[in-house]
Amino acid sequence: MASCLRRYGRRLSVSICEKRELSTACEGQIILQQHQQLQQTAKSMNLCSAINQALHLALETDPRSYVFGEDVSFGGVFRCTTGLTERFGKNRVFNTPLCEQGIVGFGIGLAAMGNRAIAEIQFADYIYPAFDQIVNEAAKFRYRSGNQYDCGGLTIRAPYGAVGHGGHYHSQSPEAFFCHVPGIKVVIPRSPLQAKGLLLSCIRDPNPVVFFEPKWLYRLAVEEVPEHDYMLPLSEAEVIREGSDITLVGWGAQLSVMEQACTDAEKDGISCELIDLKTLIPWDRETVEASVRKTGRLLISHEAPVTGGFGAEISASIVERCFLRLEAPIARVCGLDTPFPLVFEPFYMPTKNKILDAIKSTVNY
Amino acid sequence: MAIWFTRSRSIAYYLKRKMSFMGILNQHSCTNPYFESICSSSSSSSRITDAENSSISCHSSAFPFSVHRFESTKAAGQLDQLYSSDDESSQSLDFPGGKVAYISEMRFISESNQKRIPCYRLLNDNGELINGSDFHQVTEELAVKMYSKMVTLQQMDTIFYEAQRQGRISFYLTSVGEEAANIASAAALGADDVVLPQYREPGVLLWRGFTLEEFANQCFGNKADYGKGRQMPIHYGSKKLNYFTVSSPIATQLPQAVGAAYSLKMDKKDACAVTYIGDGGTSEGDFHAALNFAAVMEAPVIFICRNNGWAISTHISEQFRSDGVVVKGQAYGIQSIRVDGNDALAVYRTIRAAREIAISEQKPILVEALTYRVGHHSTSDDSTKYRPVDEIEYWKMARNPVNRFRKWVERNGWWSDKEESELRSSIRKQLLQAIQAAEKTQKPELGNLFSDVYDHPPLNLQEQEKQLRETINRHSQDFPSDVPM
Ligand SMILES: Cc1ncc(C[n+]2csc(CCOP(=O)(O)OP(=O)(O)O)c2C)c(N)n1
Ligand SMILES: [Mg+2]
Repeated sequence: MASCLRRYGRRLSVSICEKRELSTACEGQIILQQHQQLQQTAKSMNLCSAINQALHLALETDPRSYVFGEDVSFGGVFRCTTGLTERFGKNRVFNTPLCEQGIVGFGIGLAAMGNRAIAEIQFADYIYPAFDQIVNEAAKFRYRSGNQYDCGGLTIRAPYGAVGHGGHYHSQSPEAFFCHVPGIKVVIPRSPLQAKGLLLSCIRDPNPVVFFEPKWLYRLAVEEVPEHDYMLPLSEAEVIREGSDITLVGWGAQLSVMEQACTDAEKDGISCELIDLKTLIPWDRETVEASVRKTGRLLISHEAPVTGGFGAEISASIVERCFLRLEAPIARVCGLDTPFPLVFEPFYMPTKNKILDAIKSTVNY
Repeated sequence: MAIWFTRSRSIAYYLKRKMSFMGILNQHSCTNPYFESICSSSSSSSRITDAENSSISCHSSAFPFSVHRFESTKAAGQLDQLYSSDDESSQSLDFPGGKVAYISEMRFISESNQKRIPCYRLLNDNGELINGSDFHQVTEELAVKMYSKMVTLQQMDTIFYEAQRQGRISFYLTSVGEEAANIASAAALGADDVVLPQYREPGVLLWRGFTLEEFANQCFGNKADYGKGRQMPIHYGSKKLNYFTVSSPIATQLPQAVGAAYSLKMDKKDACAVTYIGDGGTSEGDFHAALNFAAVMEAPVIFICRNNGWAISTHISEQFRSDGVVVKGQAYGIQSIRVDGNDALAVYRTIRAAREIAISEQKPILVEALTYRVGHHSTSDDSTKYRPVDEIEYWKMARNPVNRFRKWVERNGWWSDKEESELRSSIRKQLLQAIQAAEKTQKPELGNLFSDVYDHPPLNLQEQEKQLRETINRHSQDFPSDVPM
């Protein structure tokens, strides 16, 4: 019973946050200004549908594009690939055998022959059998051949992160492993509108990309998403809330939690600037640096364990570049250094109040 | 490398060989239905489309294996003759690992045997002993126990599934349709045999004495759960019962089982390792690594593949194009057998024999049990989205392994309707009590979040625990009240 309530509680808070439409408002305006005539065609949809729309567009606009993975034919276990086989045929959208190293290796070969290979790994927790193919193969394909070969057409989609009841193997955030690998890009969207535009950019980017989708938001996050084909730039962070006292950096599902902390901090007179990094490698250091130069303080938050998480890299880089400007130690509010636990999930998570406490102690340092 | 020819034989010999060779070649090239149905894209496209539309045309026989591919012409034995190098007179290559005969006709080995590997069974669908079978009597006591545990497993699935539907547990996954493969294989093992499960084998644990309370405690993740509330429901494990803890990542247990078996071998134990895998799991690299390791290390391990036709929504025709799983053993040098997984007697006898070979000859065995996943993949799945309801019904009714075994037990005069209803209602009662008790039992204490990451918590974890407890003091409303601090 209690665990149900807990889950509900989290959902409630996320959806409240969605209602504020922080992310939408900002980004949506920019997009819609750019595409005035298309404004009417924006439609309210969840993150899963936004992904689905991006995949439809990718397959429609490039006849040499393919979508494949475990159980994708019937729509995928999260329904993100619904309708694709019916529309584009089983030669272009298909189930693979249950083998992640096979999926990625196959995708590399397909991409190397000049195709767009859009591979799905059913859960980010199951990407590890493909680690060798990603790290030793995809990431080095261009470099090792002197740019004779590349597998830039490869995009690997994988749902990541907590979902309230996933335990060890349906909850992990493995992004940091891949951020240690020169040659691939790592991208994580925070909302439906972002997901569609970023995924299309990843698919069309001439480099292999790992695209982690916040599965908790598949159905929870709903916003107006333009129906037409659009792309959002990679390696460009976005200031989604402006402030002057402290900079917060995050990505994916964690941003909605951070946004709530920012709102609460404001009530205590603390002005927070919130940055969505979007692309983790190669990351937009300039935007973070400019913000920290303004605020003098930095907090990073992610669900993955704190030790060796990507927050560590951001922190080190900012200390290198803004040492004299920093007025307090950089704070990291992250997952604990434990496997992802089932019953203890609410304790493991970097919650709003953990962030709020860290904001206050950093500002009052 | 020494390469030598035995020149002594006449041309006549080669002509003779060549003739018989050509005979088969011709036959093969014009009548191989397997090749045609698999490789022509038109037929394979219609097959896949059928599956998606949930049309029953392709599965109308309600049999998930495409039989027609393998029907045919010449016995595989003839091919074997061609390749055998027992004729001392043939030219041969002295290659590391043994001599290989030469032939001068180019010849590809067929992608499949012309006939599918047959499936061993003892009971027909009506629970009658097949005439002339090599049945060995099992005792009344054993048979009744096997049947009772199959019923218990069924009841457990019904009630835990309900509990999930009511939101009392977060997840569940049934073994419906695979009760015989679970219970009968377990019954054939010794208590010292080490089991490394996939996840759809709770019947093995049940057989070994895991109580309904213990199952319930794990599913509720309470403080009596041996896994300390850390894993999702159905991830059971019991060191006491020699049952390695279930891990969600598919196929990882297989090479581990070979390591465990090697340890038993080194310790000269009268026991083997037994590991389970689904049809889907055989596609993972770990499956192939495990079979190869097992053969090379001569490890006493039994691989039991529950080929239940589906891996979530993926039909076996999208999983592999071999004649199922059993044929993969030979490629790795492993003795293999295909058994009717819904025939409890056949499964029992097969695993008994497999265990005997594994231990006495110190080598691996691969068993493919043909069965069917009657339930949805899990409580997160709706399988009517991707498979025909008729197919499910057929396996649920006509090929029901529990009913089949019951008929045989009844026919022996060992079981009656009265015993049946008493058993069912008593187990039901026990289950409801177990669930109620497990639900009321406290969650594990908070320290269990940090323990067991290592043997002792290092400094970072000690600090994080301290910090977390301070946070809880400040914001107790953020945290579940049912976790004792
Ligand atoms: C490495 C890995 N990839 C994907 C999954 C997701 N997954 C869970 S069960 C399953 C299907 C397994 O099918 P099968 O091996 O046939 O077993 P069955 O469920 O039929 O008993 C998949 C793809 C997983 N658990 N682990
Ligand atoms: Mg299966």
